Amino acid sequence: MIPMSHYLILSSILFSISLAGIFLNRKNIIIMLMSLELMFLSINFNFIIFGNYLNDLTGQIFVFFILTVVAAESAIGLAIIVVLYRNKQGINVEDIARLKG
Amino acid sequence: MNVEIIIFYIFSLLLLSSSIAVVTLNNPVKSAISLVFSFFSSAILWLLLNAEFLSIILILVYVGAVMVLFLFVVMMLDINISQVQEGFVKYLPIGIFVFATIAGLLSYFFYNQFENSDDNIITSIDLIGTDNTKNLGYLLYTEYILAFEIAAIILLLGIISAITLTLKKSATNKYQNPSDQVNVSKKDRLLIIRDEDRIK
Repeated sequence: MIPMSHYLILSSILFSISLAGIFLNRKNIIIMLMSLELMFLSINFNFIIFGNYLNDLTGQIFVFFILTVVAAESAIGLAIIVVLYRNKQGINVEDIARLKG
Repeated sequence: MNVEIIIFYIFSLLLLSSSIAVVTLNNPVKSAISLVFSFFSSAILWLLLNAEFLSIILILVYVGAVMVLFLFVVMMLDINISQVQEGFVKYLPIGIFVFATIAGLLSYFFYNQFENSDDNIITSIDLIGTDNTKNLGYLLYTEYILAFEIAAIILLLGIISAITLTLKKSATNKYQNPSDQVNVSKKDRLLIIRDEDRIK
């Protein structure tokens, strides 16, 4: 049987890979969104692992709601990227800094 | 050597290598494909953790809907890769530093905290009852019904905001202006011409 610490180490390595991905792809907003998805995946991993450990289904319920919220978030984020591309003819992140509110 | 352990190590290696590919490949289409792959391998790992319903949901919703949306957007936009990729080498040391620090600290903590007792082994015994989907549905519709409805509202919000952001007003589109419709008065619509005026 697999010890719980192996699963936890796997999810923490996944989280740090996605965090490093946000640092590495400072210019590419689509890859940043993908790294965000990976980060949510590792958080969901932790919820499921601890739900299994505590013999409680609440962790899986939480994962269900996180998946819902992340789906809505990525839809809105991609819509913002499409609008940015339409206005600036590119998805350079530095173009966002030119917005004046 | 147990089959479960072999499956765990194979798919965790696949998950980690495909997630590294997501953040390092310079073509966004390739990154999206490797993100699909990492979702698949984590769905299999969730099956080992007795979360059958969620692993199927991960494949159906994530790979089937969200990643297709990502691929649509990536292929629709004409991205200048060389411009987007600049700064990768510049930020590589700080990226590796962040990765090493966070991964090292978390792994150290988890290894020390959860290694030494006997009851922290993930078993294949089912959680409560036998049917994961049935239990999740029961909890969702009784205890978490309010959160479930709020999730529905959040999805509606996502639909509305995505449509209003990307909707383009063009001359060929016909749409109503409600404030004009409300503000209309009788004079604008009806012209009264008297008979004697016309004769004159």
